[in-house]
Amino acid sequence: MNAMKKLIYALTLLLIPVLLAGCESKLLVFDPKGPIARSLTDLIVYSIIFMLVIVVVVFVLFGYIVWKYRARKDDGDFEPEEEKGNHLLEITWFTIPVLIVIALMIPTTKTIYEVEDVPQGYEEEEPLVIHVTSADWKWIFSYPDQDIETVNYINIPEDHPVQFKMTSAGTMQSFWVPELAGQKYTMANMQTNLYMVADQPGSYYGRNTSFNGRGYAHMEFEVQAQTREDFNKWVNDVKNTANELSEDTYSQILEPGVLGRMTFNGTHLDWIDHAHGGSEQYIDPEKYQLKHGEHDDIHQDIDEDREADSTEQDTESHEHDHEEMEHSDSETTDHSHH
Amino acid sequence: MSLDEFFVTGDPLILASQIAIGLTMIGLIALITYLKRWKWLWNEWFTTVDHKKIGIMYILAGVLMFFRGGVDGLLMKAQTSRPELDILNAQHYDEIFTTHGVIMILFMAMPMLIGIMNVVIPLQIGARDVAFPKLNAFSFWTFFAGAMLFNLSFVIGGSPDAGWTSYFPLAGKEFTPGVGNNYYAVSLQIAGIGTLATGINFIVTIMKMRAPGLSWMKLPIFTWSTFITSIIIVAAFPILTIALLFMTLDRLFGTHFFTVAAGGDPMLWLNLFWLWGHPEVYIVVLPAFGMFSEVIATFSRKNLYGYKSMVFAVAGIAFLSMLVWVHHFYTMGNSAAVNSIFSLTTMMIAIPTGVKIFNWLFTMRKGRIEFSTAMLWSLAFIPCFTIGGVTGVMLAMAAADYQYHNTMFLVAHFHYVLIPGVVFAVFAALYYWWPKMFGFKLNEKIGKWHFWLFVIGFNMTFMPMFFVGLDGMSRRMYTYAESTGWGAWLGFSAVGSLVMAAGFAALCYNIYWSFRYASRNVGSDPWNARTLEWATASPAPHYNFAVVPQVEQLDDFWYKKKKGETGLKKKDLKPVHMPSNSWTPIVLAAAFGVVGFFLVFEWFTLAIVASIGIVIGLIANSFDYDDGYHIPVEELEKEEREWRGDLQ
Ligand code: HEM
Ligand SMILES: [Cu+2]
Ligand SMILES: [Cu+2]
Repeated sequence: MNAMKKLIYALTLLLIPVLLAGCESKLLVFDPKGPIARSLTDLIVYSIIFMLVIVVVVFVLFGYIVWKYRARKDDGDFEPEEEKGNHLLEITWFTIPVLIVIALMIPTTKTIYEVEDVPQGYEEEEPLVIHVTSADWKWIFSYPDQDIETVNYINIPEDHPVQFKMTSAGTMQSFWVPELAGQKYTMANMQTNLYMVADQPGSYYGRNTSFNGRGYAHMEFEVQAQTREDFNKWVNDVKNTANELSEDTYSQILEPGVLGRMTFNGTHLDWIDHAHGGSEQYIDPEKYQLKHGEHDDIHQDIDEDREADSTEQDTESHEHDHEEMEHSDSETTDHSHH
Repeated sequence: MSLDEFFVTGDPLILASQIAIGLTMIGLIALITYLKRWKWLWNEWFTTVDHKKIGIMYILAGVLMFFRGGVDGLLMKAQTSRPELDILNAQHYDEIFTTHGVIMILFMAMPMLIGIMNVVIPLQIGARDVAFPKLNAFSFWTFFAGAMLFNLSFVIGGSPDAGWTSYFPLAGKEFTPGVGNNYYAVSLQIAGIGTLATGINFIVTIMKMRAPGLSWMKLPIFTWSTFITSIIIVAAFPILTIALLFMTLDRLFGTHFFTVAAGGDPMLWLNLFWLWGHPEVYIVVLPAFGMFSEVIATFSRKNLYGYKSMVFAVAGIAFLSMLVWVHHFYTMGNSAAVNSIFSLTTMMIAIPTGVKIFNWLFTMRKGRIEFSTAMLWSLAFIPCFTIGGVTGVMLAMAAADYQYHNTMFLVAHFHYVLIPGVVFAVFAALYYWWPKMFGFKLNEKIGKWHFWLFVIGFNMTFMPMFFVGLDGMSRRMYTYAESTGWGAWLGFSAVGSLVMAAGFAALCYNIYWSFRYASRNVGSDPWNARTLEWATASPAPHYNFAVVPQVEQLDDFWYKKKKGETGLKKKDLKPVHMPSNSWTPIVLAAAFGVVGFFLVFEWFTLAIVASIGIVIGLIANSFDYDDGYHIPVEELEKEEREWRGDLQ
């Protein structure tokens, strides 16, 4: 018994560094940077208060009862009286949870409706529309009005509503940016919608939460909220320097693999919108065949000149994209708030 | 298909297990042959229709599967214990969390609970067996065939890798063309047949075979929860059957129920899966609630507080459990109205659950609480499960769930309900009913080691997951970057999983120790318990009760004990009618397993040939006119005298 006590003691000590580590910085969900995420956080904090009260009540009652009514050597093996139950008490602990459920349900419903729309205070502004197409295992973002497309990162103007029209080129994924909005699934042949506002410039972590195969852990992206000027400047830069997205490059991008960041002029919406069918032409089960044992590399290379049969790889116009790709792996996994 | 596609090759870890499995098999076969035990195994176990033996086989299989699933879990914890580790690659990690989930829920929790139900329920209602003993054996063997087929995937062909939820389109041939997910579709189907049959069997058993006088409101609460669980099984498992059938058709025959191409609808899979899947989580937790109720009442030396409201709470939970499945995909783009309604139905489940928690607390109040190992598990269940429950309510709030969904927060939630709710219950039940199965107790001192290690390890493992989840870590990630800062949490969690594993090892040691050394002299009622199963010998004789008891009230045995009315009158003894052993269940199930194996590899001709085995088995079974046999009074008298001493 003594050894066991020591063990328990040692384990408790082990807990301390972990608790301390947790206090250094705020957990992402508690650190919202926009009105939508903020209303989710408010709801969460509100519910946690109720839950803490419930936990404390149950734990205290539990501790008290177990201690007070424990069998003792000197209690003469007394035999407890039988109890039938008490209607009043039973009704009480039926009613209390009912009241708690009501108290939770009201703000829940309010928030559910609230986040389905442009947040309050931003109704006047025309939202920036970005099409999200998730594929194995990368995120493709199309800006139809700006006519540009990015892979694995999004730039948005701060303090301005953004509407995401989301779909998938194959498996089901879930688009999640904890600091700015909740999450929603992306599915082939469907469109889902998500609103987002960032009220300050910054870099925000985004990822897929819906498991979709080997590259899933790497399906991250960055949301960069910029000032209006920076955003416009970025759009202009892209228009001047980035390559035109070709149908061939696009189908290479859709092949299963993990990619870095890419930037293009033009969007794939010109020839396909996965929300309205047609994804199957890009799906090739052969490419998903597993070779057990071999070191399976899920990283992918895009050759934009595949059809042009080029041997000279680094013509100037490519440098920009390739350079970005090389660094991007670590960049997309950068979780900069810590 | 070449041989090295057939066998999973090239990985030292798997090669080692292949060799280990091969050697163990050869060793076992050699050992049984050497000990000349084949006949004994066949007569006493493989062909048995005795509910107690079937229950023990279920439990044994459950313990084995717990070991397999546990090793999967430890491997996952090792891989994520530090950032960017390379113990498992992405594909292996994916396979391992898939098999972990399937095995723990379907091949560990289910057989453990069904095993305990099998051992206890007929005894608790004063019956001599279940209503359909042969069907019961068939249930066990099909479950076993399904479980073995599923485990075969590890060494032959490759494991399923789309998660225990097997979401489409990922789980379709378009994205997972190998045989791995065929294993999922086929082996779950085979095991599911057995489970469905169990549900029917227990409904009929409890409705029709109760001892005289044992009316509904006098039923022990564990029997009640088994009855209601069986109803959910019968309501929910056919949905899984259909979903798996569609999956099989998609994967094997090229249909388009759930595909991206040709108008398939993956959302249909999600709906069907959770229409079964949510009730399933209550299928595993309701019997557990019943077990805790029995243990808590016994060791508080009081009757269960608020018996009636307990029954209504179980029924209410069962009813609501059919109405909440959408909470598993609030984020699928449902309308705000749909999400609000399902938030409400989901939260309503917490109400009867809360009632139960308070009733347990009030059962202990004014009692005399004895800290036996079985009781310790039941006590630890209350606070741990409360954490699981309140986080469940947090997840139930659809808008908040947009931040928790598919994150480690969710993973923490369901382990905080499943482990206290099911695993603690199974442990409590094993310690409590062990003497009824084997005639001796598990060692209480080793039991306390088992308890403390496991409970502490459990909290260490899963508590940090709430926090990394809130910090943006999604579930099923095989690796993460150093810069995320999750390393500390997950390292701690990995240490916890080792502590938990040490707890499990203590259980195994306890079983070994107790088999060898524990006192065989524990009497028929070692815990001074309240329900009928303790009115007969420990271990229970094969006929259960020499004379079926007459019941007057709830906890009848408790009051009879006080009045000294538990004796047996010699003149009441009559020959007892018992069912005979049968070879058809095991042979039929083996045929199912073989057909399943061929289907997995899409060898259709062989599958058709092998299904002839199933047909022959069914025909043979139909011409089986064996009506069982009678145990003569002399034999009953002799056996009863052995533990009762003199008869009245
Ligand atoms: C107070 C009662 C409970 C409530 C309100 C509740 C609520 C929920 C909700 C809303 C989810 C979905 C969350 C998401 O996917 O984002 C969930 C998931 C889950 N719950 Fe519970 N739950 C409760 C009790 C239980 C119990 C008793 C069990 C099992 C014994 C259980 C097992 C699970 C499992 C296995 C999942 C996740 C399955 C998966 O996605 O892999 N829950 N729960
Ligand atoms: Cu698990
Ligand atoms: Cu559920």
